[in-house]
Amino acid sequence: MFQVADSILDGHVPGGPVAQMWDSHKSDLKLVSPNNKRKYDVIVVGTGLAGASAAASLAELGYSVKAFCFQDSPRRAHSIAAQGGINAAKNYPNDGDSVWRLFYDTVKGGDYRAREGNVYRLAQVSANIIDQCVAQGVPFARDYGGLLANRTFGGSLVSRTFYARGQTGQQLLLGAYSSLMRQVGTGKVKLFARREMLELIIVDGIARGIVVRNLATGQFETHTAHAVVLCTGGYGNVFYLSTNAKGCNVTAAWRCHRRGAYFANPCFTQIHPTCIPVSGHYQSKLTLMSESLRNDGRVWVPKSPTDKRPPHEVPDEDRDYYLERRYPAYGNMVPRDVASRAAKERCDAGYGVGSSGMAVYLDFSHAIKRDGVDVIKAKYGNLFHMYEKITAENPYQVPMRIYPAVHYTMGGLWVDYNLQSSIPGLYVLGEANFSDHGANRLGASALMQGLADGYFVIPYTVGDHLAKNGTKLKPVPEDHPSVQAALGEAKSRVDKLLSINGSRTVDSIHRELGQIMWGRCGMARNATGLKQAVDEIRALRDVFWTQVKVPGSGEALNQNLEHAGRVADFLEFGELLALYALHREESCGGHFREEHQDEQNEAKRDDQNFCYVGAWEWTGTGQPPVLHREPLQFVEVPLTTRSYK
Amino acid sequence: MSGRGMNLTLKIWRQPNAKAKGRFETYRLGNVSPDMSFLEMLDVLNEQLIQQGDEPIAFDHDCREGICGMCSLMINGQAHGPDRETTTCQLHMRRFHDGDTIVIEPWRANAFPVVRDLVVDRSAFDRIISAGGFVSVNAGNAQDANCLPVPKRDQDKAMDAAACIGCGACVAACKNASAMLFVSAKVSQLALLPQGKPERDRRVLKMVATMDQEGFGSCTNTSECEAACPAGISVSNIARLNREYLHAVLLSDETGEAAKPDGGA
Repeated sequence: MFQVADSILDGHVPGGPVAQMWDSHKSDLKLVSPNNKRKYDVIVVGTGLAGASAAASLAELGYSVKAFCFQDSPRRAHSIAAQGGINAAKNYPNDGDSVWRLFYDTVKGGDYRAREGNVYRLAQVSANIIDQCVAQGVPFARDYGGLLANRTFGGSLVSRTFYARGQTGQQLLLGAYSSLMRQVGTGKVKLFARREMLELIIVDGIARGIVVRNLATGQFETHTAHAVVLCTGGYGNVFYLSTNAKGCNVTAAWRCHRRGAYFANPCFTQIHPTCIPVSGHYQSKLTLMSESLRNDGRVWVPKSPTDKRPPHEVPDEDRDYYLERRYPAYGNMVPRDVASRAAKERCDAGYGVGSSGMAVYLDFSHAIKRDGVDVIKAKYGNLFHMYEKITAENPYQVPMRIYPAVHYTMGGLWVDYNLQSSIPGLYVLGEANFSDHGANRLGASALMQGLADGYFVIPYTVGDHLAKNGTKLKPVPEDHPSVQAALGEAKSRVDKLLSINGSRTVDSIHRELGQIMWGRCGMARNATGLKQAVDEIRALRDVFWTQVKVPGSGEALNQNLEHAGRVADFLEFGELLALYALHREESCGGHFREEHQDEQNEAKRDDQNFCYVGAWEWTGTGQPPVLHREPLQFVEVPLTTRSYK
Repeated sequence: MSGRGMNLTLKIWRQPNAKAKGRFETYRLGNVSPDMSFLEMLDVLNEQLIQQGDEPIAFDHDCREGICGMCSLMINGQAHGPDRETTTCQLHMRRFHDGDTIVIEPWRANAFPVVRDLVVDRSAFDRIISAGGFVSVNAGNAQDANCLPVPKRDQDKAMDAAACIGCGACVAACKNASAMLFVSAKVSQLALLPQGKPERDRRVLKMVATMDQEGFGSCTNTSECEAACPAGISVSNIARLNREYLHAVLLSDETGEAAKPDGGA
């Protein structure tokens, strides 16, 4: 089904002690002189935390930037929906935090499948992010003394999470967006909203531009530059139901993959433990209830599967606080993968609650008794409001019912230490890359990574590429054969989608794909199911390309056509995800293979055989892809079994 | 899920593009679950339209959890529908009754031209932010985050204002299509924080000038905007905007250039 390359993939992680790595690497990177920066064009695709911060920072340095997003405004990018917070090693609470400890927690939380060098750099710049955001006017929560407040997130024994009520992502994104719009005002950034990237333009082996479709008019456009920075988010919507926005997709990343960018660790997907359960067949998305709720909420199910009393009538002695029971050291604050599997285990064993039996309680009654309603309301008011809107139940009075749902994808395009993909000149930032979270991301670390990449990494590394290759990068005219070929391919795919005129709606096929992915590649996976998944996805792909119906034309706003293009790419990507899950014969982080667990149902990692990043090379639709391996070395944090007990 | 499916009559604005003339079309939709969100109800209608070979209704939406600000819709004449502090994507069909007729229109404002059906162009909001809705601080400039204490009360008020999701309901609800609530939310957030002080006068002058240039109307003082706002932005922010503006006009030494939308950049 696939081939394995013999050669070793090099992540270009600099040598030396990890604590000095980034500083010494920065002094080795080549610089572009201030006067020359304006001569270089950089394309940034996506305007979430990574994209907006990258576009703003590069423009501040003097580069000529073009920023693209598919939404009507850059402020809509899905980073906006992040609720709980952002980690930083500030140690303001004086509780023992440090750069090293944030680094250690992240490597351990990722179940030893991330690069030490990248993670250390992330922890190092985390403090600068908070400084930058506060300077922009981001209204983080503060104490009465006027100084910044912190809360605790999963997988950590310190309080290092900064937050703005339950809307931290919104406030950070609006901060980055305001910096971006300031540069739009100065003319250093040209903004292209309602544009969807459909192809990457490569000239002489170097990424030089993109093909986009103007979603409002249907017109195709080509844009060329000296470097392309992809910040297009994750692929959670391959599962159809997820906490992602409806528009989130893998298309830009997948189009780059098809042109030679390796795709790393696609089966590392994060299932978030606290989401509002599915209510009906028409359900279009799932809504997250922030991990921060686990600071004050206690997770439980009845001790007896036959106990059908309403939750407030079940006395404490008849409740099983199963996270506190199984993991006394971390209790309700275990990492997401652990909490999700524990919920699934209880529900599969028949202890689940609610009409479907596929839910557990998240109960605030103790916290409300302890702190009063007002304190809880101040911390989580907007989340409780949202919960009540969706379920028509008041969580101040009855416990929330929650169940795990697809939330984040650790996998993504492979990048080296400089965040450069396997295509020179193509950089990948934020959730779209694979680099920092290993097999499981800790809560409040996605915002940190997106902004670290955009504010503090790419401004250094893209300059190195331009300084080294700048003079070789001749202007690419619009009639260049590479530009025309990419444009032709994008157009013909759109034409094909419009011409099939079958009987199946795009949404019905997407839902069917989601059922395959969730059923066979969800919280627990096994070889038989994964093999079936590969066959079923291939069959569904054939159904799509022969029976899909996309009404309307390509010369106007056509949301169904947009969706069709994204589903077409998910139907190729989903197969790779399943294939990699099949190949990775171990359990680590969010990747749980039922064949590999211990007696307590904890994940069993296989460091002997799988301590590497798997990066896939495209060879054609339905053709066996090639797996490249980048071995991981753990020098600072020795490999041990992850324990939260 | 309960078994009480509703039958609805939907009168929906259809308009092929910005230049074409629009009109209402009537659709009947049966078996609508009360647990559906309003947008899921439209999804179901669109699936039926596609099956019949008709073009689905275009409407903007993305996060479907009330925070991205992309969804809109005038529902029975109310921006985001009947519930207070609720976006259309968080409105659920249990709010309606079997046999109801629901009228669905796009935002109506000169500054928000229709793109198609229920989709409008709100890029004017981006241009207002671009004129001054920021603190000029380059990445790498910042000093330690705790070196400047901010009184908790100021920070809370700044957060209240910063919660604006930029959906445009305030404009759609206002009979003058004024953008005062939107502009005041950003001006207030930054005026309340010490980080926003150095550019305080220049910011308000430029943002107001751009707002006027984009064709938004003047404030009616009727607070329809606050009633329609899904993020609970208070009209007290408009009072603060007026104070900031007066202060800048009367007391600051910002030159007239700053009061031009694209002047003095």
